[in-house]
Amino acid sequence: MSLALPAPDITRALTRISHEILERNSGSDSITLLGIPTRGAHLATRIAAIIESIEKVPVQVGTLDITLHRDDLRMRPPRALMPTLIPALGVEARNVVLIDDVLFSGRTIRAALDALGEIGRPKSVQLAVLVDRGHRELPIRADYVGKNLPTSNSQSVVVHLTELDGSDQVLIEDGGQ
Amino acid sequence: MKHLLSINDISKTEAVSILDTAQELARVSDGPMKKLPTLRGRTIVNLFAEDSTRTRISFEAAAKRLSADVINFSAKGSSISKGESLKDTAQTLQAMGADAVIIRHGASGAAQRLADSKWMTGAVVNAGDGTHEHPSQALLDAFTIRKHLGKSSSDLAGLKVVIVGDVLHSRVARSNVLLLSKLGAEVTLVAPPTLLPVGVESWPCRVSYDFDNALIGADVVMMLRIQLERMSEMFFPNAREYSRYFGLNGDRVRALNPSTLVMHPGPMNRGLEITADAADGARSVIVEQVSNGVSVRMAILYMLLAGAPDSQINGAIASEIGVNK
Repeated sequence: MSLALPAPDITRALTRISHEILERNSGSDSITLLGIPTRGAHLATRIAAIIESIEKVPVQVGTLDITLHRDDLRMRPPRALMPTLIPALGVEARNVVLIDDVLFSGRTIRAALDALGEIGRPKSVQLAVLVDRGHRELPIRADYVGKNLPTSNSQSVVVHLTELDGSDQVLIEDGGQ
Repeated sequence: MKHLLSINDISKTEAVSILDTAQELARVSDGPMKKLPTLRGRTIVNLFAEDSTRTRISFEAAAKRLSADVINFSAKGSSISKGESLKDTAQTLQAMGADAVIIRHGASGAAQRLADSKWMTGAVVNAGDGTHEHPSQALLDAFTIRKHLGKSSSDLAGLKVVIVGDVLHSRVARSNVLLLSKLGAEVTLVAPPTLLPVGVESWPCRVSYDFDNALIGADVVMMLRIQLERMSEMFFPNAREYSRYFGLNGDRVRALNPSTLVMHPGPMNRGLEITADAADGARSVIVEQVSNGVSVRMAILYMLLAGAPDSQINGAIASEIGVNK
């Protein structure tokens, strides 16, 4: 197991992503941040806090559960559903930024796009991830990346966040199964 | 969870997770887009050998919102009325590739028989078997109670629930006593002694013959339908006397706490076990029970059908599960 991203680097990455989101969308007026539970939701809350501290205005932030749209539902035991909380202004005609912890096969994001489509028609959808570890199985890319981590398929990337795990760090584990 | 046959088969944790799932799915039902792709390509058969409005429509709506294909099948108008046995019916459904059968049957234990048999491989959901159980009704009642009165997010600890009426013929009462007590509620059954089943003293609840006394401090009053169609003998002298002692009327409702819920699984005999002003009053959540029923049944179908069958999980795909992200 090796440390890929220590806590200060995570904070720096999130700060940079926040600035990039603001730059690309010319401010925070049109954006809606949607985190994918569970860790993406916490990252969305943090990015929202950073954006609010820069712009001094409240940011639309919520969560989007994608479980019901997964394409691997039938390969695993039933999963518990997580909350979907759409902020007051909804997604219609907004610039939605999906936020997740790790971008891997891209299947989670495909499911998220489907889930989003059922809620409304955003003006645009962008993707922010803390870690892009490669090995895409679908034509999906991130607009904002905290860190590109070259990994092998047998390794797994573990993200720890203070809210859930007591500390911030990103680890790479060698797959021994 | 392979089948849902009895509340006895599910643990408290499983019950709470069904309720939590239902809560998330309720949000979908409230949204602009009510259909989810989750059970696309699955076939669900509604096998109703006994009459039903709410339960059948509710399961049908739940299955359709999850994009499953629904085949409705009732005794009237099918070969059951020609005397076809449950076995032959089940084998027919199996041959048509049913992934789940929702069964209502007049015989207690019919759902269990179907699940234990080798007649079909799909999931079996008990939608009421004789006077035995009606687990999905109990789950939607628990969901409704939790939504209004749940102090903690998970269970119903400390709530006083009074279930009144024809307990003897009621599958709803048995399932509710088992589930609500499992979730921590204190349940009291109120009925004339003639309408209590043998062995009720072994149920996890109290029994009272005095309705007014039992209502003191009640958080929930659940009325049961007098099941005249199952009554072949006299269980009470006459309807007026029954309503006076065991019916919920405006006076009894006014004596309740302002937050007390009035519930009824339907269909109601208005004027017998419940009067119109009690059924339609501000404390009544009877109509809401029906809409909650759809969310709870979506959750049940999701839990039973969305995941892989246990046998498959243990197989080759297990290796993939370890590599998550």
